[in-house]
Amino acid sequence: MTGRVAEGRPLERLLWGAGGTVVVSYALIPVFWIVSLSLKRSADIGDGHFFPRRVSLEHYAAVFGDHRFSAALLNSVGIAALSTLAAVLLGMFAAYAIVRLQFPGRRLVLAAALSIAMFPPISIIGPLFNLWRTIGLYDTWAGLILPYMTFTLPLAIWTLAAFFRELPWDLDRAARIDGATPLQAFVHVIVPLAAPAVFTAGILVFIFAWNDFLFASALTSTGNARTVPAAIAFFTGSSRFEQPTGSIAAASVVVTLPIILVVLLFQRRIVAGLTAGAVKE
Amino acid sequence: MSRRARDERRLAWLLCAPAVITMLVVTAYPTVYALWLSLFRYDLRFPGQRRFIGLDNYFSVLGSEAWWQALSNTLLITAGSVIFELVLGFAFALVMHRALVGRRIVRTALLVPYGIITVVAAMSWRFAFDPTTGFVNALLGLQGDWLATRGSAFFVILLTEIWKTTPFMALLLLAGLTLVPGDLLRAARVDGASGPQRFFRITLPLMRPVIVVALLFRTLDAFRIFDTVFVLTRGAQGTESVSIVGYDTLITRLNLGLGSAVSVLIFFCVLAIAAAYVRGLGIDLSRRMEP
Repeated sequence: MTGRVAEGRPLERLLWGAGGTVVVSYALIPVFWIVSLSLKRSADIGDGHFFPRRVSLEHYAAVFGDHRFSAALLNSVGIAALSTLAAVLLGMFAAYAIVRLQFPGRRLVLAAALSIAMFPPISIIGPLFNLWRTIGLYDTWAGLILPYMTFTLPLAIWTLAAFFRELPWDLDRAARIDGATPLQAFVHVIVPLAAPAVFTAGILVFIFAWNDFLFASALTSTGNARTVPAAIAFFTGSSRFEQPTGSIAAASVVVTLPIILVVLLFQRRIVAGLTAGAVKE
Repeated sequence: MSRRARDERRLAWLLCAPAVITMLVVTAYPTVYALWLSLFRYDLRFPGQRRFIGLDNYFSVLGSEAWWQALSNTLLITAGSVIFELVLGFAFALVMHRALVGRRIVRTALLVPYGIITVVAAMSWRFAFDPTTGFVNALLGLQGDWLATRGSAFFVILLTEIWKTTPFMALLLLAGLTLVPGDLLRAARVDGASGPQRFFRITLPLMRPVIVVALLFRTLDAFRIFDTVFVLTRGAQGTESVSIVGYDTLITRLNLGLGSAVSVLIFFCVLAIAAAYVRGLGIDLSRRMEP
């Protein structure tokens, strides 16, 4: 903590504190709202109150009893995890080369990654839709993991390169002077050094893949590969006239809690990863 | 060139090749294919009628009122959300920067909107403003459906978009704020500069590079807006964004030719925005990444 914050007058400090309260409420009210909606009884869904009068888990029971949701959950976890794994693995090699090796294409690779990250995904939906139906990738895991590379890979390269740049790589030379073999130096020095960066990049990439709705809604149609965001958006009640509000709310809470947990546990790293590429003196 | 340097180059390209090739395959190839498809009359419901028609699809899109309305909607949403996010994000960043207690709590709380699935966030706001399930009408003593008229529907769309993405802006700006030397601000204070003077004369100019980068990221991201509009209105009440038009033409109506023309036009819009930023504000992101 810096000395600067302590100098404000009491009134000033009070105002900043109040500001903090406002920001926290801003961030959490919609989350509390959907949690409270998911806990209302079906009869109370339309009562207009923010908090449930009687807490009920009926919507959670309904959601977990619905095979469409469990299929979507499995798809989401599997597809996001595999996309993350692939992106981080490929991104790691590229980022290492960019940071540690001298070669003329360094800036080109970074610039390419950046322009692809800015790319509008809607521009490739049509061709992929057509191609995937022809070659049998439509409504499969691979059919989503591949297009996810358009945003997961640039994000991984960018974040990893920013992190790798800060690492004291020369420690491995020191270890080898001290008698370690190259393999030992790599396993005991480089891997522990780079692991946090790789892990953080993995979290960021996972959050992105987990969030995707456009590809999932255009390139899947059944429980084979439909992920949670698409399943929630296309959720229908048991009859045409029943709004499945409670079930949607419960499903939303189920897929939000893990992310909130991850964010709470690794918040410092996530913030560092988010800002790594953009802020540099 | 020495042998060592040549080996190093070869290794570098070998390490980059998998990533570069993957990126090319998943973006360049479909983009070129979209360009090609856009020159055909090609409706998947009538595949037999596929034929080359040159630029006719583009004339159809550019001659349709729906495209221009969607484009102006998208630009409105982009400009509105990015400007609000910048102001609000700055306020949040200052709060985090200055808060004596609870700075960590504020930062953690702000990561929640960032991490939440956009579809879920949009659902939460949709239910909040819904006339039967929502609490907003009850709170304000109002009746009526927010998403049923154009103006109020835009308000909810903007609110959702701003809620979800301001934290990213705030965290970038906070990182930028820490680059402003505290000594400089203290000296200015001693010299009698007022709070606003210190902010506009010292903090803001020093943070310019960070602000420009944050604006570029957010502008291009906002221009792609799809999830929020899809969940809130599905494009009804004249709230379609360009991505919604593209999706409906391609996936709902299965008109690959016309839809590809829409996709290509969106691609050029994004290119134009990026070029405007790079030219107008002079950013060179790849240089910022130089080791």
